[in-house]
Amino acid sequence: MKVTRMTCEARIGNLEEVINFVDGCADRIGLTGIKKNKALIAVEEAFVNVCHYAYPGATGEVELTCRGKNDAFEFEIADNGIPFNMLSLPDPDTTADIMERKIGGLGVYLIRKLIDDVSYRRKDGQNILRMVLHTRK
Amino acid sequence: MEILSRTENNITVVTVTGRMDALTAPDYQDKLNELIAKGATTFVVDFEGLDYIGSAGLRGILSTAKALKGKGGEVHFANVKGAVKEVFETSGFDSIFQIHDSVASALEGIG
Repeated sequence: MKVTRMTCEARIGNLEEVINFVDGCADRIGLTGIKKNKALIAVEEAFVNVCHYAYPGATGEVELTCRGKNDAFEFEIADNGIPFNMLSLPDPDTTADIMERKIGGLGVYLIRKLIDDVSYRRKDGQNILRMVLHTRK
Repeated sequence: MEILSRTENNITVVTVTGRMDALTAPDYQDKLNELIAKGATTFVVDFEGLDYIGSAGLRGILSTAKALKGKGGEVHFANVKGAVKEVFETSGFDSIFQIHDSVASALEGIG
């Protein structure tokens, strides 16, 4: 089992670095094409969410961990910010027309739809979002 | 991300290349808002060269589409493919927007 970690400040300006990190992990684990793209979208959503909400009025760190195990690509994003489970947000109404569609809520919806298993836990003062993609499913 | 625009028969064709993520989506919004402010009402957005879109990109698209619709305008999309198509379908954007196989067929359909 290979584990790779990176830590950076939780700000949008670091998005490219975060995406490149996960892209590299996905390559090493053999996650390609649409599956890899799903991972990158989910990481963007989770990272941006931490940047916006974890540290109100302050700065803080975010830690990303990638693991390849058996037939799965597992990645976690952890912060030391205020307790917040983004999975508790409701799904947007994806059938409403343009004027009725709400602008927000799409990020967490994409994570739920694109990732095979997603879970949240609060542990040792950290918010940890764990996402798993099955490489052979 | 690179955004170019041109006008064909009073229709504004916008070509988006690269990645539309949380860093770059505001550029899309700014560009379209600028064109809307100059009086453009009908858009064809060409995603032939767009490799990636996340929810920030979807928000940018939705918010400009709302602004446009409020002014009686409309936006069409062309060449929505691969990863971008999957995100459009997942989020239901394929059912709220008019999507065409190519810019030519979009222009023909509108004209």
